[in-house]
Amino acid sequence: MNNVMTIIKKELSRFFGDRRLVFTTVLMPGLMIYLMYSLLGQRMVQEMSTAEDYVTKAYVVNLPKEIREGTAESPVEWKDWDGNPDDVDRVFHELEEGEIDLVVCFPENFMTDAAAYEIGSGAAPQVEIYYNSAKSNSYTSYDSLRDYLDRFEESMVNKYDVNVGEETGSLGTYDQAPKNGAVGKMLAGLLPMLIMTFIFSGVQGVAPESIAGEKERGTMATLLVTPVKRGALAFGKVISLSIIALMSGISSFLGTILSMPKMMGDQVDFDMSAYGYSNYALLFFVIISTVLVLVSVISIISAMANSVKEATTMMAPFMIIVMITSLLPMIGVKFGGAFASLIPLFNSVKVMGGIFEFKTDVTAAFMTIGVNLAVTCLLVGVLTKMFSSEKVMFSK
Amino acid sequence: MEELLQVNGLRKTFQLTAKQQKLEKTKEKVKVAVDGLSFTAYKGEVFGLLGPNGAGKTTTLRMLATLIKPDAGDAILDGASIVSQPEQVRSKIGFLTSELKLEDFFTPNYQFDFFSRLYGVDPDTIEKRKKVLFERFGIDRFAEVKVGNLSTGMKQKVSLVISLVHDPDVVIFDEPTNGLDVLTAKVVTDFLLDLKSQGKTIIVSTHIFSLIEKICDRVGIVIAGKMVTCDTLENICAGKPLEDRFFEIYEEKVGKIDE
Repeated sequence: MNNVMTIIKKELSRFFGDRRLVFTTVLMPGLMIYLMYSLLGQRMVQEMSTAEDYVTKAYVVNLPKEIREGTAESPVEWKDWDGNPDDVDRVFHELEEGEIDLVVCFPENFMTDAAAYEIGSGAAPQVEIYYNSAKSNSYTSYDSLRDYLDRFEESMVNKYDVNVGEETGSLGTYDQAPKNGAVGKMLAGLLPMLIMTFIFSGVQGVAPESIAGEKERGTMATLLVTPVKRGALAFGKVISLSIIALMSGISSFLGTILSMPKMMGDQVDFDMSAYGYSNYALLFFVIISTVLVLVSVISIISAMANSVKEATTMMAPFMIIVMITSLLPMIGVKFGGAFASLIPLFNSVKVMGGIFEFKTDVTAAFMTIGVNLAVTCLLVGVLTKMFSSEKVMFSK
Repeated sequence: MEELLQVNGLRKTFQLTAKQQKLEKTKEKVKVAVDGLSFTAYKGEVFGLLGPNGAGKTTTLRMLATLIKPDAGDAILDGASIVSQPEQVRSKIGFLTSELKLEDFFTPNYQFDFFSRLYGVDPDTIEKRKKVLFERFGIDRFAEVKVGNLSTGMKQKVSLVISLVHDPDVVIFDEPTNGLDVLTAKVVTDFLLDLKSQGKTIIVSTHIFSLIEKICDRVGIVIAGKMVTCDTLENICAGKPLEDRFFEIYEEKVGKIDE
């Protein structure tokens, strides 16, 4: 056990002694994610608020009174145009340059003809909306007007109403989802994948250097010539790498969580404390057990390689497996039952998803932690054998 | 004299890759590096393994240091088998070869403490021993300089010191003066003589005749993985310079060198 501690201390000293490594592995991922997501979120919120406040400028021919009144609240600055063919070039030039957003042409007697129209009785009255999709204001204005006209058409033939007065995304009268349910579902699809990706990146940054790098530089042989047991060496490496990977993962996770309010803006009222201490504790232990599995696998891959470069290349197929596994719940793949808890990595993604969705399965969580620890022990055993194998450690 | 190391019929083969076969210009898929090698080293003596490059000296020492396992045979070092008790063997020996490197990132001071702890040396002894060895090799002035920033000679001295952190009774050095400048080589040679005077058993492999003549009590000449002669330096030389005797033996066993 003393030797395990000595190895752990040495690995951590190596890591923390290199400020650049600490910055790139621990601080930078969280900082980058926070900045990136915050800027992205701010931009999205800005776009949305701009779209809401924007006053559409439109030339209109034969605008019916009902529609003029109906669009009074949504800011549209209608410019009546008689459709004079001499003005066509000028009007469409303005549309092309973005000086106006739309050119809308209603047929004469539109309201009368539309009201009189019966389905299947020939061509319906046509509304023509000219827009410029290369200009975001024009395209957004087109979308809004089209949406309004569709709703206006429905109101003309109003036979029944559905959920009158409901605001999209509101909870209460009609939407019976539990509080935070919708956001929880969204996070359940997103966060397990992000967490797995962050942890993998953290492990990928340090494990090849610590094992394949030591082989490449000849420092591993110096360790192997000491009386330290191969198992202690393998265990010490896996534990220290797990600590570093966990710090990297926590940094990325914090970056994501802290930037979440900026990503969501005012649209969603959600407090991350809703999960409670017990869920966070469970999540923490599931993450630790997952880190151990990932570190063990990557350590084995690194031990097989003769150089850091080779280890990084050899890791690519495993990275694909981890990414696909993380994506499965996001794309709606259901794989329930106790058997799912026996599959490393998938079990973690599934349990994490359950926690974020407020559907914590404590039994599955403990099974997952147990299975992951058992798999880690098995993999450390394999790594120990590899450290004892001259073919693995001294092959060129 | 007390036997400290008995080497009995060590054999080691390596699988050759297609690339290696091409390089060695052979169609054989297996290379016999060491072929039934046996010898004995006694307590307090310096035993030298002498032979040309590729004779199997380094492979033999790597087996004795338990870095690699023999295909056949065994060696008993101070009562411990290299095959069945490798950890015990490793705790009894100090092994130095150019293959073993130190982390460039750490200082000699840190490395000394780290390896001492792995060998189970108690903290008081670590400090005392570090002071003596660092002063002896002039490392004390560079104790806090990262190994990566040291000169090649100083790196070699640090490696040598690190291999002796636990004050082993048996010291195994593979080509200890190879690649060193004359001054550093002299420091190393003098230190080996010092270790001998302390009663340590030293096994060295080299192809430098002067080193063998200067420090060895007994010599084993290894050619093509086989021990062709093993005797005291006086008996092997029989009044002639070692270099002349070596080539006589070589030509006797292998044939004319220019052939």
